[in-house]
Order: sequence, then structure tokens, then C-alpha cells
Amino acid sequence: MFGFGLFKGLLITLKNLILPSRLFTTHQYPDRKVGPIELAKFHQDWQNTSFLQFLFNNPIKIIQSLLGLISIKDRYPQHSRFRGQEFGWYENRCTGCASCAKYCPLGIIKIETSRSGIDLDEGQKYKVDVFDIDMGRCMFCGLCVEACPYDALFMGSGFEESKYFRQELNIDIDNLKNNDTKPSNWFRPQLEGKNYDPRGSGPLEWNQVGRHEKPSDTEQASKWGKR
Amino acid sequence: MNFNNIQNLINTLIPSLPSWIVFMSAAIFISFFVINAVVMTGALTVWLERRLLARIQSRLGPNRWGPFGLFTPIADIIKMIGKEDIVPSTADKKIFNLAPIVLLVPVLLVFAVIPMSSNSFLGQLNIGILFIVGVTGFNTLAVFMAAWSSRNKYALFGAMRGVAMLLSYEVPMALSIVSVVLTTNFILNIEGSSLSALSLVGIVEAQRIPFFILQPLGCLIFVTAASAEMSRAPFDMIESESELGAGYHTEYSGIKFAIFQLTEFLAPVATAAIISVMFAGGIRGLSIIPGSISLIAKIFIIVLIFIWIRATWPRLRVDQIMNFAWKFLLPLSLINIFSQAVLLQIFLSSSSISNTELWIIAGINWIIAAVSIFILAKVFGHKGRAKNIPIPSPLANMEFKSE
Repeated sequence: MFGFGLFKGLLITLKNLILPSRLFTTHQYPDRKVGPIELAKFHQDWQNTSFLQFLFNNPIKIIQSLLGLISIKDRYPQHSRFRGQEFGWYENRCTGCASCAKYCPLGIIKIETSRSGIDLDEGQKYKVDVFDIDMGRCMFCGLCVEACPYDALFMGSGFEESKYFRQELNIDIDNLKNNDTKPSNWFRPQLEGKNYDPRGSGPLEWNQVGRHEKPSDTEQASKWGKR
Repeated sequence: MNFNNIQNLINTLIPSLPSWIVFMSAAIFISFFVINAVVMTGALTVWLERRLLARIQSRLGPNRWGPFGLFTPIADIIKMIGKEDIVPSTADKKIFNLAPIVLLVPVLLVFAVIPMSSNSFLGQLNIGILFIVGVTGFNTLAVFMAAWSSRNKYALFGAMRGVAMLLSYEVPMALSIVSVVLTTNFILNIEGSSLSALSLVGIVEAQRIPFFILQPLGCLIFVTAASAEMSRAPFDMIESESELGAGYHTEYSGIKFAIFQLTEFLAPVATAAIISVMFAGGIRGLSIIPGSISLIAKIFIIVLIFIWIRATWPRLRVDQIMNFAWKFLLPLSLINIFSQAVLLQIFLSSSSISNTELWIIAGINWIIAAVSIFILAKVFGHKGRAKNIPIPSPLANMEFKSE
């Protein structure tokens, strides 16, 4: 009918305004404003206090949150297989084979090794002197992590690593050692099998991230002693 | 707070003052309060409109600065004041600087005659409605001053369209006011009231039932024409962002742009005040609630409706706007005046009026409104596009020889 569409349109915008099912699609980042109920829920997870306890203990915070003055940190849920920027490295697992450098399609990994003189009877371990990654040119394909035969190199899950100068994007060996040892589950099915979450769970030691459990001494003796 | 009270107060505080100084100082005192309140309302309307539009579009809107983002307009104003005030070298500087003030002052002047209480001083101005029509007519001049003096072709395009639109919508607006004044005059005459039919207090006094129920057609025409007068969506032809940059205030920056922006958001409040006085009963309402509060509530509801309409309807084309004014609204307002006059003459000829007669008039008016809108839409409206017969492709008759 003539002119009927105008009122249809008004009805649609009214529905958008009123219906709770058409709430905001915006996800606020890095923090968001909360009301008292959400604030109490947040503290429930944080400090193991019940809702009423929180309400009686912090009346000022409740009033502040009613006025919209309180914001809590929030970020979008992120997959544990996210290929992020904080590269990390287990020195104990690395043999210095430089597979990562060979597989890197951009050639941005630089490794220099020298003879360490340790474990001479097992054929002498290499000592890694230089391990540089130029993150300014990295495209996060993850091939270096795939190539690593001993699961020494891993990717992190961060994405807020912007810097003011290009030189600061180079990661050197100290940086790699000191990064949080929270590997992303990218190409690490052994971690995903354990339901490891780099954002929620704690850091992992070098002997926890391998593809196989380390064989015991008796196993080793029975297997390798016959050779 | 009454004008006479303040005069008495000043007299008691400082005796032996000449009467004209007392009068002037009381007027300045009241106007200071009114202007500040109105400008703050404009700033809050900015916040309300942005939040509500965002909510309708499933967004969040400004929420960072202050509780629920309430301080956002203050931050905006501080930013605007801090900006450089650029005047184009080819601009006509006197007119360029005068234009924002010419646009802002009429909007503030409208609030002078709005009866905020039953014994409002300026609301009893016996030509109140004529004052409003005359004062709001200034915005045409201000828009044209701003555009012409800034020597910008986009601004000038916007202003040319705008002036054509504003002038043509003045006509149905004034005609819809005529029917209100007609009804008021009839009712006040029969009641034997001494109030003028052109004063806003008289119009409020005459609304035994609100005029938007008594004459829906007049209310509809006035709301439409008024939303065109303040150049809001769907009639925002003057500053159509997608075509003209910013329209008439393309060249403005800094505090002058802030004044334009303030006027743009203050105009719905002023229009809502006029509509609530003329059609929604003004300070009349429930006897429990004070009159000023019921007036403010009505203004608020009408502003919400304006925002709702802006969020929904798209902008009309230039020719559609002009057609709508001259082919649709003008005949409709003539029908409105005619039918209203005839009905009043038939039903209200006795020496006293009862509400049942008014309700009968209201019922007949609703029927007339529906029928006349339907017929006018059929006669002058969009005919509906003829069905597209697809032109056969030249390839359709070609024969492809397969080998």
C-alpha cells in the first residue's frame, strides 16, 4: 500500500532499539565499561568472592560502576593455535641444526654456531652464538616452527608488538630466551592433546613440550645398548 | 520564578532605582538563565542523539568520557574552541562572521515566548505565534549569508537548494498554523476569554483536548514542514554530506562551526517546544504533575520521535522535496483549513461548548485526514514504475552454427 513502507521502516528501527536480541555487535577492546553485575562476575572469577559479598564489601565500586566509571580489561577470545608474534626458544632442546633458517621462505633467520665441547661421547653438541629473527619482514607462516625437529622454536600468541623503529623489531638470542615460555598450539599437537591454552595456562618447561616423552634410563639402555 | 517577582526582589534589594533599570536587569537575569539552560539542552541533545542513533544501529556510541559518555559534548566544544578559526581570503568577512549568530539567535528567541508556566510573562505576547513564524524565517537568510559569503561552490549549491526548500515549506507550515489559530479563536470566543488567539497562552488555554487529536492533518503537516524548516533528515538537503561536502558550512571551522553544530542540534528542541505548545497541550496535562514538567516531558518525547525518524528514513531528492511541498502538502493544508472551518461553524455555533462536540469534530477530522491523504497520494503521487519489458538481446536471434 502507498506510504506503508515508511511505517515498516520505523517499526524495524524501533525493534532495533527495544529488542534485547539486537544488542550491540561491537566488541570493546582493550577494556570495556561494566555495570555492577558484570563487575561482580568479573571479581567472582578473580577473587573467589560471591556476588553479595562483593556488593557489601565494595559499595563505592558499585556506585561507580552504576555511573559508568569502571572499566575492566577485556579481549576477544583467541584460539590456542593463533600464530602470534612473541617467538620463543628452548635452548636446551636446540641442537643448532638451523633447519628453521633453511626453511624460512624470506631468509630472515640468522644462526651462527660454534663447537661447545659438551657431550663429546654423543658427538659434541653445538653452541648457538647468534639467533636473530627480523620480525619486520616475518609473515607468520610458521614454517620455521614446522621445520624444527626437536620442537625447540615456537610461536607465541601476542599481537600488540608494534614498535616505533624498525630496528627494534629484530629479535636477538637474549630476547628469544627471555620471552614467556607459553607456546602457541600451532604445529604442536602434543600440547593441544593436553588442552594447553597459552592465554590461560602457565608457562611450560623445556621437557614438557616434546613430541615424545623422554625415555627412561632402562629403556634407553635396553634400546641403545644392543647397538 | 516569575518576572514580576524578580522585579520586586530587585526593588527590595536596591530601592530608589529607576523603573527601566529594574525592568532591564530583571530581563537580563531571566534571559541569562533561559539561554544557558537552552544551550546546555542543546549539548545534551547532541549526546542523546548520538547515543540513540548508535543504539538503533546496534552500535555503542560515545561512551568513553564521563558516565555513559555524558561529557562528550563538553570535550567536543573544548576541541572546537581550540581549533584555528580560518576565514577564506576571498570571503566577505563581515557577513561570514555574522552568519552563525544570525542562525543561532532566532532559535534562542523561540524559547522566549514558550509558556513554561501558567502565568508566563512573554508567553502572553498577543502575537506570539506570528513572532515565532517571523523569527524562524531568519534561518533562510542565515544559510544564504553563510554560503554566499564563503565563496564556495558546494556551499552555494547547498544554500540554493536550501533556500528553495525552506521558502516552499514555509507556506504549508503557516497554513497549518492558521487552522490552529482558527480553532483557538472559535473556542476562546465562546468561552468569553480575553486572551488573544495568536498568543501561545491562548492556544494552550483553548486545548480542551490536544490539537493533535482534534486536527491530526494540521499536526502532520506542521511536523513535516517543521522538520524541513530545520533541515533534518529526511529533508537534510542543505548539507547533504554525500553530495556537497558539508553544505553551507563547508568553509567554517572552530567556534563558528561549533555554533552551526549547536544550532543544528538545538533546532529540534525548539521545534519540539513549538509543537508541544501548539498541538500537545503545552503545560496542560495531569493535574498532579506541575505544568512545566509535563511540558518538558512532551518536548523530550517529540525530540525522541525526531531522532527516531532521522535514524530511519533516507534523504529525499531535490525534485521529490519540491513536489512534496507544492503538490502534496499545500493542497492538504488547504483542505485542512477548509474542513476545520466548516466543522467548527457547524458544531460550535452554540453559546457553550461541550467536550462531546469536540470529540465528534476530532473523529470527522481523522476520517478526512485518512481519505484526503489517500486521494492526494493517488492523484499526485508516484505513479509506480511501468513494468520493465526486457529488451531482447541481439544475440537472442542469432544462429550459431555448430560444426
